[in-house]
Amino acid sequence: MRFVKKHRPILLAAALVSAVVFAAHPAANADSGKNPIKIGGIFSVTGPASFLGDPEKKSMELAIEEINAAGGVEGRMLEAVIYDTEGDPSKTVMAAGKLINKDRVTAIVGPSRTPTTLAAVPMVERAQLPFVSCAAGNKIVEPIKPWVFKTAQSDIQAVATIYSHIEKQGIDKVGIITVANSFGESGKEQLLQQAGDFGITVVRSESYGANDTDMTSQLTKIRKEKPGAIVCWGTNPGPAVVAKNIEQLGIEIPLYQSHGVASPKFIDLAGDSAEGILLPTGKILVADLLPDDDPQKPVLADYIDAYEKKYDETVSGFGGYAYDAVYLLARAMEGTGGDKEKIRENLENIKNHVGVSGVFSFSQTDHNGLDPSAFVMVRITGGKWQLVE
Amino acid sequence: MQELLQYLFSGMTNGAVYAVIALGFSMLYNSTDLINFAHGEFVMLGALCMVSLTAGAGIALVPAFFVTVAVVAAAGMLFERLAIRPVRNPQPVVLIIITVGASIFLRGTGMLIWGKDAHSIPPFLDIAPIDIAGARLLAQSVWILVIVTALTAGLHLFYKKTLTGKAMTACAVNKKGAWIVGIPFKWMVLLAFGLSTGLGAVAGASIAPITMSSYDMGTILGLKGFCGAMLGGLGSLWGAILGGFLLGILEAMGVGFVSSGFKDATAFLLLLLVLYVRPQGILGTAEVKRF
Repeated sequence: MRFVKKHRPILLAAALVSAVVFAAHPAANADSGKNPIKIGGIFSVTGPASFLGDPEKKSMELAIEEINAAGGVEGRMLEAVIYDTEGDPSKTVMAAGKLINKDRVTAIVGPSRTPTTLAAVPMVERAQLPFVSCAAGNKIVEPIKPWVFKTAQSDIQAVATIYSHIEKQGIDKVGIITVANSFGESGKEQLLQQAGDFGITVVRSESYGANDTDMTSQLTKIRKEKPGAIVCWGTNPGPAVVAKNIEQLGIEIPLYQSHGVASPKFIDLAGDSAEGILLPTGKILVADLLPDDDPQKPVLADYIDAYEKKYDETVSGFGGYAYDAVYLLARAMEGTGGDKEKIRENLENIKNHVGVSGVFSFSQTDHNGLDPSAFVMVRITGGKWQLVE
Repeated sequence: MQELLQYLFSGMTNGAVYAVIALGFSMLYNSTDLINFAHGEFVMLGALCMVSLTAGAGIALVPAFFVTVAVVAAAGMLFERLAIRPVRNPQPVVLIIITVGASIFLRGTGMLIWGKDAHSIPPFLDIAPIDIAGARLLAQSVWILVIVTALTAGLHLFYKKTLTGKAMTACAVNKKGAWIVGIPFKWMVLLAFGLSTGLGAVAGASIAPITMSSYDMGTILGLKGFCGAMLGGLGSLWGAILGGFLLGILEAMGVGFVSSGFKDATAFLLLLLVLYVRPQGILGTAEVKRF
């Protein structure tokens, strides 16, 4: 009973899938022309990272619906098989195993988080099927693994965007405060590594626990070194606490946040303390503020419109990762007949694919395919995002 | 100097929260010899109830605070009635496992009611932080300090001066003896659960304005509070307060002078050390076979 309760979503999904499988009687692999092409999805639909996984799952379903409505890939429909990881690496491995061995999917989209992605990587490498992650961490594609791609903007581009803004302000000393998990660690690594390129010194590097209620001690320690700006790297709710604490301590230097909090929820949580905070974000958050000559503007408008119409909720900045992943896979599947190696090769050769999260140009040495132009810098003013240049 | 003071203030804010939670643990242990590992979840319920009542229903802070405490205390009593009392063989280990199960249940319920996002509400009184020698103390922290002191004094009086309080202690000392002299044992346990979870709600409702509240905040807070209670001596009210503050302040100092990476490690290392030297906690009395 306990098992049933705990795994109800998975069991339900499995039941649904097996129903479909029996109805369609497909051969295990790609040969039969008219069977749907199965794409697996693994997202943290529930749990602490549900703010990522939930919109990703919905966006994946939306993308597949759109592609099927337009006739599918070479006349074959796409079919999503989605499992929930609850943000847990071990559940991710189980879900990936199920997708590969039982559902026999052609490719996998997700997971939502860096730790869950890294947990699934060895498995997909062994099984040799195209894997497009929706997580931000740079470790996913560095070093390059032949089968592993990702669509989320990386910390590299985010840090570059922040630092070039700091450099323009004439600031050369920063203090950083990062969350003690893989998102924060990866951000910290980039912040320390790239500082020199922009003539910036990191005078103090502090960390905090994801569920900590107060960061004034860390901020006091940073203040002692008199930096010109503070960069905070984390996902909600920690950065909102940092913003509040900075205001309480009366620290009056610019605060930069990461793209991890680029959602209206952050403004909600930080309240008045959010005023003046600078952060890099994918263009989706400020789609209507973008200049008309931005290549992504029409893609973003279509996606936002379709998402909000289908789900009747405000679009999130994260769902686009899965949306892009599905479209990239669909594009790579053209003319392959479902052959995984060919799909992988095609993915690697995609150039100038205009997506929600940026313009993708993959290569053998770049499996993320984005450059810093995927990000824009925004300032929170009066509870609203504002483009800065 | 300014830094030292700031670390102290930061530590006091966290410490006060740990102290109220530790108080709940200690209080319940004092009355029932039981450790409620779902206590952290009642803190979460308190915080999220407060969020719903103030931000959601628009009720003023003071009535919202009392309603929150009442609701959570009622939930605590319900928990005792439905999950603890019916146990046929009430051995401590069995009961503790039940509370662990309850904590998972409550966390799930919290997620279903309040969703997976964090929530925040404005402070009790919107005044600027107090500036002492360049270090800032939050007005909300002062509130928590006042509440903690008042609660401890109140509980102390309750145990020492009222018949009900004395009866409750008697139940913990010897169940059968208490029953023989006519103390309604079951009511005492129920009341103890109500009081203890009410204390948890106080902790939750007071920290909701200074931090973010979410369905999964209870676990770590409960753990820290439990640490505080152990540190001070389980069963001792003043020990719980001392332990909670000590834990909070040492954590802050650990961040300030050692490294923020070792924040939690510092606290737990200290706990191990204290328990090694004084297994009964700082203010706890050595275990004597009572009666």
